Amino acid sequence: MSRAPSRATLAPALARFRRSHEFWLLVVIGALALVLSLATDSFLTLQNLFDLLTSNAFVGILASGLLVVLVAGGIDISFTATASVAQYVALTLGIRHGLGWFALFALAAAVGVVCGLINAVFITKLRISSIIVSIATLNIFYGLLIFTTGGRYITSLPKFFRDGISWFEYEDANGVPYALNLQILVLVLAFAAAWLLLNRTNVGRQIYAMGGNKDAAQRLGFHVFRLNVLVYGYLGFVAGIASLAQAQLAQSVTPTVLVGKELDVLAAVVLGGASLTGGVGTVFGAILGVALLAILQNGLVLVGVSSYWNQWFVGLTILCAVSITAWSERRRRAAKAIN
Amino acid sequence: MSIETRAARTQLLLLRFLHGGTVPMLTVVLLALVVVFGLLLGERIVGVGALQSMAFQLPELGILSLAMMVALLSGGLNLSIIATANLCALTMAWVMTTQVPGAHGFMWVGWQVIAVLAGVAVAAIVGLINGFVIAYLGVSPILATLGTMTMCKGLSIGITRGNVISGFPDPIVFLGNGTLAGVPVALIIFLALCIPMAVLLNKTPFGHKVYMIGSSEKATRYSGVDTKRVLLGVYLLSSLLAVVAALVMMARFNSANAAYGESYLLVTILAAVLGGVDPFGGFGKVGGLVMALILLQVISSAFNLLDFSPFLTVAIWGALIVIVAALGVVIQTVGASKGQAR
Repeated sequence: MSRAPSRATLAPALARFRRSHEFWLLVVIGALALVLSLATDSFLTLQNLFDLLTSNAFVGILASGLLVVLVAGGIDISFTATASVAQYVALTLGIRHGLGWFALFALAAAVGVVCGLINAVFITKLRISSIIVSIATLNIFYGLLIFTTGGRYITSLPKFFRDGISWFEYEDANGVPYALNLQILVLVLAFAAAWLLLNRTNVGRQIYAMGGNKDAAQRLGFHVFRLNVLVYGYLGFVAGIASLAQAQLAQSVTPTVLVGKELDVLAAVVLGGASLTGGVGTVFGAILGVALLAILQNGLVLVGVSSYWNQWFVGLTILCAVSITAWSERRRRAAKAIN
Repeated sequence: MSIETRAARTQLLLLRFLHGGTVPMLTVVLLALVVVFGLLLGERIVGVGALQSMAFQLPELGILSLAMMVALLSGGLNLSIIATANLCALTMAWVMTTQVPGAHGFMWVGWQVIAVLAGVAVAAIVGLINGFVIAYLGVSPILATLGTMTMCKGLSIGITRGNVISGFPDPIVFLGNGTLAGVPVALIIFLALCIPMAVLLNKTPFGHKVYMIGSSEKATRYSGVDTKRVLLGVYLLSSLLAVVAALVMMARFNSANAAYGESYLLVTILAAVLGGVDPFGGFGKVGGLVMALILLQVISSAFNLLDFSPFLTVAIWGALIVIVAALGVVIQTVGASKGQAR
């Protein structure tokens, strides 16, 4: 892929892309964006783009981690609880010991990895299905967090943390400042890391192989436990990082606010074409899935639909998208069978 | 027979008993817990009052768990049960609060019946959508029900703007708060559902087909069963159970809202799996589920009496399923090595 594609390889690649899930998502997003840009003045502005990226960064970052688990053939919904724990531990210790950026992120990531490892151990060693394990650990992590903290907020965050980062600052003609903030930076890094892991490493190939057929992968000599440790640990790591980006945006730590968002993230990743049976899914698809839900909700607000109806439209989109995908898949398989 | 071999034999029998299934294993865990809690709390946990309060709390989760269990047995999952229940409860609540207060005599009863029928109709529509999308379009159950869950909840929020509808006629409130001969009506409703459900699942062709689909949908289809129709039935049944839960829930709170009982969603899966339902489908009995529910309820009540945070209860519920699974693995490996030694 790194070589410049000649014309002979470009045409079939384009044809393949036109049949792909991502292509249709791109068409839908493009149509939605076009309608919104024509219908409102505020959609196609730099300000709205930055707001969209910043406010959806948390879901997006988590989506990049969950994608890896789904590709590996597993599922994890405990990551919101993991994020809550990581956020609370990192910032509590951070405030007490005056920690800086690096230590905060390292701490949050470490807590996330530990939670992920617990999942991996239960799933592989106790041979319980991953969804059951992660439901159990979601309740365990979250229950213990609220029990020990009493659900108390942390509002007095360190000043450098509250200020966040703003690189490459730039002011437009009206004097509205734009900058690369923490949320967007982490979002971009998270998707880049997931892409590298899945497409540019040997382990990434193994993850796809294990998701495609676990038994075959095992017989080929892949170490399933080690791979599970890697993917669940990775999601935990990402959840830890995401939790700090969220805390910085919210300017506080509320232990109860994240749990409940796990199915939103799952919906976004699955809209992007990742399969729950494993082995299928791309980073580009996950980005588009997050983008579709983000633009849809943003658009509804801009068009002036009462935000009480937000969820209904999201649900309708999910149901239509998964139905159309399954239906076309089925037709393609039937066509193949006839040929 | 020497003492040593006798000890070995009892150990083997015990292992076989524990290995025999979920119900014996859960019984042992439950007995152990009752003894511990009994020593800690005495009368307060084993007395009549405690039993009655447990009997009031158990049915909501119980009926919702039945709704989840049906879908799990077929190898699926129904994430939309709570959202369906709330949408149905709001529908029923709307009819009851707008029509019943003005009506008299025969129509006073009539509108309440119509309200319940309206709730049933809504549940049937949601169930048929789920069933159609899953069985005929081939969408994975998690995704399809994730979509309908979000839609149902979105509809509930959109219509009510997140508000509560409250104040129902006495007969409805009685369903959630009344007792017959000291037994809560809600518990009677729950048990009255459990028995036909057990019969339906284990003694009828429909039930057998559900288990078969759960084990292998392909094999079932190739053996001539119209699996799509059966799956449609499964999700319809799951939704209809949700509407009963809706009725009990709204009666107990004397109100309905778009977000009631949301924390139950994942707990119903835990309860079913703890009760021996295979999350991949094909195995599980109503009896096991009931045992699991009693176990969860005893823990919850005891923790409440001990003044522990309800969040600790949730954590322990999660831990319980891991512990039971771990016990299963340990027993299996010990049993296997015992079997080899013989």
